[in-house]
Amino acid sequence: MTQPVSSAQQSGPDKGAAPAPVAEPRKKDGPSRTFGLRADVRNLSLLGVLAVLVAVGGFTEPDAFLDTGNLQLILTQSSVIGVVTVGMTFVITSGGIDLSVGAMVALASVWATTLATQEYGFAGILFTAVIVGLGAGLVNGVLIAYGRMVPFIATLAMLASARGLALQITDGKTQIVTVKSVLDLGLPDSYVLGIPPLVMMFAAVTVIGWLVLNRTTFGRRTVAVGGNAEAARLAGIDVRRQRLCLYLLSGLCCGIAAFMLIILSGSGQNTNGNLYELDAIAAAIIGGTLLSGGRGTIVGSVLGVLVFTTITNIFALNNLQSDVQQIAKGAIIVAAVLVQRRTSAHGET
Amino acid sequence: MAPEPPLLTMSGITKSFPGVRALDGVDLEVQAGEVHCLLGQNGAGKSTLIKVLAGAHQPDGGEITWRGEPAALKSPIAAMRLGIATIYQELDLVEGLSVAENVFLGHEPTTARFVVRTREGRTAAAALLKRLGHPEIDPARAVGELSAAQQQIVSMARALSHDVRLIVMDEPSAALDPDEVDNLFRIVAALTADGVAVVYISHRLEEIRRIGDRVTVLKDGRAVAVGLPAKSTPTRDIVAMMTGRNVEYVFPPRTTDSAGAAAAEPVLKVEGLARKGEFDPLDLELRPGEIVGLAGLVGSGRSEILETVYGARKPSAGRVTVAGKQLRPGSVRAAVAAGIGLAPEERKAQALLMLESVTRNVSVSSMSRFSRAGWIDRGAERRAARTATRELSLRPDNPDTPVRTLSGGNQQKAVLARWLLRGCRVLLLDEPTRGVDVGARAELYAVIRRLADEGLAVLLVSSEVPEVLGLADRVLVLREGRVVHAADARELDEHRVLDLVMEGSPTS
Repeated sequence: MTQPVSSAQQSGPDKGAAPAPVAEPRKKDGPSRTFGLRADVRNLSLLGVLAVLVAVGGFTEPDAFLDTGNLQLILTQSSVIGVVTVGMTFVITSGGIDLSVGAMVALASVWATTLATQEYGFAGILFTAVIVGLGAGLVNGVLIAYGRMVPFIATLAMLASARGLALQITDGKTQIVTVKSVLDLGLPDSYVLGIPPLVMMFAAVTVIGWLVLNRTTFGRRTVAVGGNAEAARLAGIDVRRQRLCLYLLSGLCCGIAAFMLIILSGSGQNTNGNLYELDAIAAAIIGGTLLSGGRGTIVGSVLGVLVFTTITNIFALNNLQSDVQQIAKGAIIVAAVLVQRRTSAHGET
Repeated sequence: MAPEPPLLTMSGITKSFPGVRALDGVDLEVQAGEVHCLLGQNGAGKSTLIKVLAGAHQPDGGEITWRGEPAALKSPIAAMRLGIATIYQELDLVEGLSVAENVFLGHEPTTARFVVRTREGRTAAAALLKRLGHPEIDPARAVGELSAAQQQIVSMARALSHDVRLIVMDEPSAALDPDEVDNLFRIVAALTADGVAVVYISHRLEEIRRIGDRVTVLKDGRAVAVGLPAKSTPTRDIVAMMTGRNVEYVFPPRTTDSAGAAAAEPVLKVEGLARKGEFDPLDLELRPGEIVGLAGLVGSGRSEILETVYGARKPSAGRVTVAGKQLRPGSVRAAVAAGIGLAPEERKAQALLMLESVTRNVSVSSMSRFSRAGWIDRGAERRAARTATRELSLRPDNPDTPVRTLSGGNQQKAVLARWLLRGCRVLLLDEPTRGVDVGARAELYAVIRRLADEGLAVLLVSSEVPEVLGLADRVLVLREGRVVHAADARELDEHRVLDLVMEGSPTS
């Protein structure tokens, strides 16, 4: 082959020794190093917050807070919202938003606990919860990906309709679960090495979510769509199908969360999952997922959930009212976002 | 010219963004009462310059003198206080507010600095609109209900609502009908008669002839000509300055002999491809190893053709065939699957994932290659991406570098590496050296030629005529969406192409 000749052309792809081409490498403050570290730093700072909270809890209420039962409680309470947050993290990473998660949890939990469903026992409840979640997610996804609706609006509509449907199904009544195999999962007898099954389910969803986001083509496409949808499209990615799948995924997580909530409460209620959307979004954001899309972290989201649940727990142990909790939550969101600005200070977007 | 100092003098203005030096020592001098035209290709630095002038960007270096005194344009408000108003191409009006509210946005006539005196604002707005020759625009109407031309008038009224001495107009005629353009010119003439200076940006040379007093030509972030007489400088000279090379480039030698290439089966066939209002039916054949260039000015349909071949725009007629297989029209994925790759004009907006590393930018179109059941083998991905980037000598040689820290030339290499890795057979290049430092271009040219030598078919769009002539084997000259000439690149020279590109424009 004839090698074309040019003043600036290097002789071949051999590394190292060759003098740099005319294009100077830009001098920036060590970009390649900060790039890898940035996510870690953020997670570390959140871990620090969690450590401080544990210390505060340990000092103020040493007996009650550090009690095994209480720690189990914190983790259990984190589990349901945690699963929802994993799904939410994917959606936000893709540049979207899902406001309907709380309503989907409510709808799935009541549909899965009707008398008719309960006749099918454990499998019937689990299956129904998951299918209802997926169905609602499918509607969201189709409206957004193919109906070109803004995610905020489409999922806001789903929020309203799903809650309404949940109310219609229950007529405002609490549906008590009588299926023993389901209820048993919430009892201490079912704990393995002191770990409640709900926490194990949360852990499993977290690990799978992390792997999917970081190690699979699905995760890569999610990040690409969120980072630059037009570039993703021109790179040959099916952006619409990806969006559809993401809202399906969020629905699936809500279905699983609904099942977990049924175990936890032993019932299905149309008021379940109230304001989950806000908690999940807040946890993802303080975890370090960019609301504008293009960057997401499952670990950060889970830490975010744990921080919020721990605060709630400490406040409850100290007999502080929930209004104070809410104020503290708001302050933490603001502080976390400000810290992120510092650690990822690079101007753009 | 005038005995008094110029209204505005900018000298040695520099401005860099991550990866590109947008302004590299620009000079500009504007006299009171003149129409000073600013010319240049996309990416020459015009928009950056006017943003500096509007106080929206802070220059890295250089001096600005306003009415004989050094001035700092620290913010849009500071610029406005000095009397500099800018009318952007994308008009910055609030559609939901009324005409009068838009005109006085930010400096509303008020009582006690708080209560807006609506009627007074409307009266004043009506007076301004009348001065602009558009008394028919109702100051109480919502701006969103007005036509584009009327919105532009509102934008001008806003500029005049300040004590303005210099108005910058960024392609004001782009959205206007011919008689609306006439009115615009009347307004410009009236303004300059009042001693207001106008900096006028346009791609349309004939407009510059009609209203311009002097011309400054920008290219690659430098002023290649400052203050030329607008009426008497030959069109060809102006275009040559916009498109020409001020540096001698080394183009790699052509290695395909035309006879051998002609014998090969075409890998890309475009038959009767058209898009209404953008370009007429186009026939094109591309053979392996061949570089075909599309030469034309902005608006000639060159980028639209590339994007339609790629499926990013849906054709109104015609078809695209790759290696004998017809592509589903308007489907990027079909094009990519068939082996077409695009390096688009707007690299950052259309190609790159700016938050991601080089590896992930390179691998994004070939993920299935390193994955099984969706599971990515990151080692294989990294190695493959690195092989591709090394083949193109992308610097720094570190696959984890975030792509946003790369220079323009290396960002382009990342895009090329993406398609190299994908193993595509047809490469569509839209302005491949846009935003690439002058020094790094020769290297890109060599890379492109080498890819062609390795069997790729390349379709190249460039507004720089010497680039097309130096790099391509065959050249199609476009004007207003039509191919007006097709020839072997060696049979053409720059002047011939410039004539073809502009032929028929009324005043050339």
